[in-house]
Amino acid sequence: MFTFALRRFLIAIPTLLIISLAIFLLLEAAPGDPLGDVPLTVPPDVKEKMRAALGLDSAWYVRYLLWLKQFFWVEPLNLVDYIFGTDYAQGMQRVISFQSRQPVMQIIAQRVPQTLTVVGMSYLIGVSIALPIGIYSAYRQYSWFDQIGTLVSMIGFSVPTFFSGVVLIIVFAVKLQWFPSIYDTTHQVTDWASFMKQVRQMAMPVMVLSLYNAAQISRFMRSSMLDNLNQDYVRTARAKGLTEKVVVLVHVLRNSLIPVVTVIALGVPTIFGGAIITEQVFKVNGLGQQLITSIHSNDMPMVMTLTFIFAILIVTFNLIADLLYGILDPRIRYD
Amino acid sequence: MPDGANAVLHVEGLKTVFKVRGGEVHAVNSVSFDLKPGELLGVVGESGSGKSVTMMSLLGLLPSPPAEVREGRVMFDGRDLLKCSPNELREVRGLGVGFIFQDPMTSLNPVFTVGFQIMEPLRRHLGMSKQAARKRAQELLELVNIPDAGQRLGDYPHQFSGGMRQRVMIAIALACDPKVLIADEPTTALDVTIQAQILELIRELRQKLGMAIVWITHDLGVIAGIADRVIVMYGGQIVEQAPVGELFAHPRHPYTRALLQTVPSVRGERAPKLNVIEGQPPMLTQTPSACPFRPRCAQAFDRCARENPARRAVGRGHDVACFWDFDSNGAVTATGSSADA
Repeated sequence: MFTFALRRFLIAIPTLLIISLAIFLLLEAAPGDPLGDVPLTVPPDVKEKMRAALGLDSAWYVRYLLWLKQFFWVEPLNLVDYIFGTDYAQGMQRVISFQSRQPVMQIIAQRVPQTLTVVGMSYLIGVSIALPIGIYSAYRQYSWFDQIGTLVSMIGFSVPTFFSGVVLIIVFAVKLQWFPSIYDTTHQVTDWASFMKQVRQMAMPVMVLSLYNAAQISRFMRSSMLDNLNQDYVRTARAKGLTEKVVVLVHVLRNSLIPVVTVIALGVPTIFGGAIITEQVFKVNGLGQQLITSIHSNDMPMVMTLTFIFAILIVTFNLIADLLYGILDPRIRYD
Repeated sequence: MPDGANAVLHVEGLKTVFKVRGGEVHAVNSVSFDLKPGELLGVVGESGSGKSVTMMSLLGLLPSPPAEVREGRVMFDGRDLLKCSPNELREVRGLGVGFIFQDPMTSLNPVFTVGFQIMEPLRRHLGMSKQAARKRAQELLELVNIPDAGQRLGDYPHQFSGGMRQRVMIAIALACDPKVLIADEPTTALDVTIQAQILELIRELRQKLGMAIVWITHDLGVIAGIADRVIVMYGGQIVEQAPVGELFAHPRHPYTRALLQTVPSVRGERAPKLNVIEGQPPMLTQTPSACPFRPRCAQAFDRCARENPARRAVGRGHDVACFWDFDSNGAVTATGSSADA
């Protein structure tokens, strides 16, 4: 298991390098000019200087190597400096956003908490309601509970979040006025009242996203349970005189969870990717929203860095899913 | 015909129906038999004759719906299992009656260790502590001749071969010292040498432990080698019951005779073609009102189409459900006339 993990980790390095090059070239090939918003009255030679100031005058491979150096060397040094108060970075050039002229990592660090609280919470809630629903739906297949579950997950699956989000805003924010329609990013939780305010403003985006997540995962859970409920070993477990609770929640569940855990692990990177549309609908200043605005203004360092971080997360959680698979299923040995 | 009051398992008039789309399938029709302490009862019949369904019905192991045990009495340990609550039934399963199933490759849970699976019934029924159950599990593995038993408790089913897994299944079934062991085609999925080993093991365990065994199979060779008494099933009914020697020497039902003729002989000239029983087993959509074997029977005559023959005694412990009498080579005149044999 350890050698497998190490091997996979080493393979991940060239994979990520190739991914970073691919992202960079794609952005390079994409139309659009970071200086497109500069007024036409600015003379061309000034514009050229501005371009040079952004580093855009050098060849693409120079800029790519520079980005690599900044991302893999300067930024970690800055992180170390930030944590331990040292000065290894010594003012070396960091990855700077074209838009705000601020280090990209600082902006990301500001955005991550918003995304994690809203999207992460909805993933957590989604998973924790999806598993019991999936289990019970499968155990009582075609019962009214299962039928309603199927209907709700159909809706959750097929109704886009920009629609369900707006419907929730109309119902809960406009008509009932229970929840605010705009998420206040600057809100600080200091006491009970401010905590309740935070809960209220999180309620709608979390509802929208957890419905979507729960719909997906409960279907996985249900079909995985159904696959296992008819297996011979279930009959053996019943023939041993075990109670239904033990048969279903120990014997069947342990087998059914194997594929579902993989799906759940692979879904974690999407939390960080943020729910681009939902964040937009509820004005949550998360990573997804940041990515959209950066793409609009051709903020290449920002888009590059964000996309690459998502790539790292996806590769990492793929590895984690594989390792979990090996832990949960004794038939799989990686040595 | 059920006889003797000292039976460990007494089944009377058992009737199981499967509800399917567009009707019902009568899988078990008025099945009655007894299982005496320490005996090995063989149950033979072709696929779909209701052998397994009968035994599953006894302890409510059939999925319901679609299965429904409609009538009958199953007396075990002084009570009727068909009237027991699900909880009471669970007490009987594993503790009073052990099960072995056909396919050892899929009958064990792949994600739990063999030790855990053997210890489960011990802890549930006998309330053993973890240490005690572990010790007993090791004894059980030794009992079924698995070498290195203590080590292998921590192994997973996929680390065992097919024959070894069936031994583990036997160990699980015997864990709580059941009075009855029901073996549902336990050697069908195994190759012949492993089959011989399992049969040898069962013989040995019977001598040591003395439980009664119901052995379901479609292999007459296995039955001849191991059983004390045989029940032949066809179309969800018992068509003949006899002690094993008597059955092979004097089969009285046309189906039993046909079955015995299908067994290829290993001596003498090889027959150019294997003997088969022409036709298909019946699909019973209602309680049979005629003999179910009639369409495939050489002896069938008009009465067979009018009524379903009841079982009549033809010898000591031997009864048959047929209107034809092979001794006189003619129809039996009145039902029950030869019961005084």
